[in-house]
Amino acid sequence: MGVAAETVSGWSRRRPLTWRRVGAASVPYLLVAPVVAVLGAILGYPIYSLVRLSFEKYGLFELIRHAGVDIGLANYRSVLHDTVFWHTLLRTVVFTVANVGLTIVLGTLLALLLVRVSGWVRLLLTAGLVLVWSMPQVVAVQVWYWMTNVQNGVVNYVLSELHLGNFFQHNWYATPFSQLAMVTTLIVWGALPFVAITLYAALSQVPRELVEAAEMDGARGWRVFKDVTLPIITPVLLILTSLSILWDFGVFTQPYLLIGQAHVNPSNYLMAIYLFEQGWFASDFGRGAAISLLMLVIVAALSVVYVRRMVRIGDEPA
Amino acid sequence: MSVRVLRRGTWNAVGVVLFVVMVFPVFWMISTAFKPEDQINGVNPTWFPGHPTLQHFRDAIAKPFFWTDVKNSVIVVLATVGIAMALAFLAAVALAKYRFTGRKLFIVIVIGVQMIPGVGLIIPLYVLLARYHQVNVLSGVVIVYVCATLPFCVWTLRGFIIGIPKDLEEAAMVDGSTRLGAFARILLPLVAPGLVATSVFAFITSWNEYIYARVLLNDGAKQTLTVWLSYFLGTSRNTDWGALMAASTLTAIPVVIFFLLVQRKIAFGLTAGAVRG
Repeated sequence: MGVAAETVSGWSRRRPLTWRRVGAASVPYLLVAPVVAVLGAILGYPIYSLVRLSFEKYGLFELIRHAGVDIGLANYRSVLHDTVFWHTLLRTVVFTVANVGLTIVLGTLLALLLVRVSGWVRLLLTAGLVLVWSMPQVVAVQVWYWMTNVQNGVVNYVLSELHLGNFFQHNWYATPFSQLAMVTTLIVWGALPFVAITLYAALSQVPRELVEAAEMDGARGWRVFKDVTLPIITPVLLILTSLSILWDFGVFTQPYLLIGQAHVNPSNYLMAIYLFEQGWFASDFGRGAAISLLMLVIVAALSVVYVRRMVRIGDEPA
Repeated sequence: MSVRVLRRGTWNAVGVVLFVVMVFPVFWMISTAFKPEDQINGVNPTWFPGHPTLQHFRDAIAKPFFWTDVKNSVIVVLATVGIAMALAFLAAVALAKYRFTGRKLFIVIVIGVQMIPGVGLIIPLYVLLARYHQVNVLSGVVIVYVCATLPFCVWTLRGFIIGIPKDLEEAAMVDGSTRLGAFARILLPLVAPGLVATSVFAFITSWNEYIYARVLLNDGAKQTLTVWLSYFLGTSRNTDWGALMAASTLTAIPVVIFFLLVQRKIAFGLTAGAVRG
């Protein structure tokens, strides 16, 4: 395969093909072969079988028999006629917009703050951010759970002490909205360090003279940011936004564990949980495959911008 | 006092407040883990443990399957890192040092697959692994983790290898070494820090992973530490918060240590392209 590909390229046609040259030309292919094989077997094949499963009746019985029953478009019909699917999709979109918006805006503000503080505060804040960044998701969930529990959660205590209202035994998980709001605080808290530190790195590339020149011309705060700083950090901002959209749209661990397996239900489903509960947990693998595929199509559409940009960077001459 | 100093002081104050808010959950986890029971369950919280105790840590590790699941996590992580790094390194060399037909397609795949949300492939992977009896065994999870970490490892290592000046490698070749010799003597030592940083990333990812471990391992004795921690609360109504926070601290410690060691390098790998572009 590799050899065939090389012989069509320009330089091989002009010079005679020797074993030595064929050997040299095949080196990169041999180097990437193992990765291609693994990705093909563990990603490529499952994607193919995902498509096949989505057209089949495939439950526990079929799992043991290793063969599904072709039922055409029935799985898709069932999903697309399910109001839970549409509600979940809408909820996930709103959830993603809220989470990404908060993450990016707060992350930008934090990065701008990092530029303005004294050296020791910057060091302190960066160290804190890196510590938060390093916290495993499952651990963070347990800490959130403890901080916000009804009986003696410290959040209720602090909010009451600050006279922000009576939060004595306030239940933060009473409604789907408040459940998802708690998930949002957890996700944004966990995502802020990456966004803030990355943006701070980008901000430190903004030439000081440019900002000073703008200030000399009479530009103030917001104008300087909008006209001088923003254009320079836009590429980074774009990548961070698209990454955040992808991560938050497919988020599973935090909502599933913080809301709790016993309490996830159609009123608070996010896409990943809907798929997990109705596909894997209910052992309805065929229908689950249909949900997965619909989800992957949406994600693929969302990721085009990011992938194209990164590919352009990666394809620069080595 | 000039306006400038005053303004700087205000920003500093805001910075310190934000530091306290951001770090508080981590502080609260550690503080709770060392507090005696009465200080945890009191009406008014005790900020710092009055009479620090290790009892909660003893309780946590005495829970069923703690050490078994620690061992499982270590096995899974070491196998994943070893296999993924070996494979990724070869491909990264190809990407960084060779031009070949299909290179661009390969890059598209490496970046594209990182965008696939893990949960999206749970069903076909579960069906596939069940067919080959890889459910409820550690090797099944390792297979998934290798595949999940490979693209990022290839991409990051490629960045580290590109960073090595070409003339160094050429100088070694002029000295009469073969390409392989030049590679082993010059390239490998230079790329070692990158290898370490990328390994740590693979380590952290597989140590923290939850959903595939949850789906593929259903025996208490076969699970990883993350899943063990997620089941910690069980169904009892009286939560042992001290032990839960001690267990959380224990789960987080290896990750935090390794992360702090390589954070700069990985952050560079993640965004070098972005900032440059």
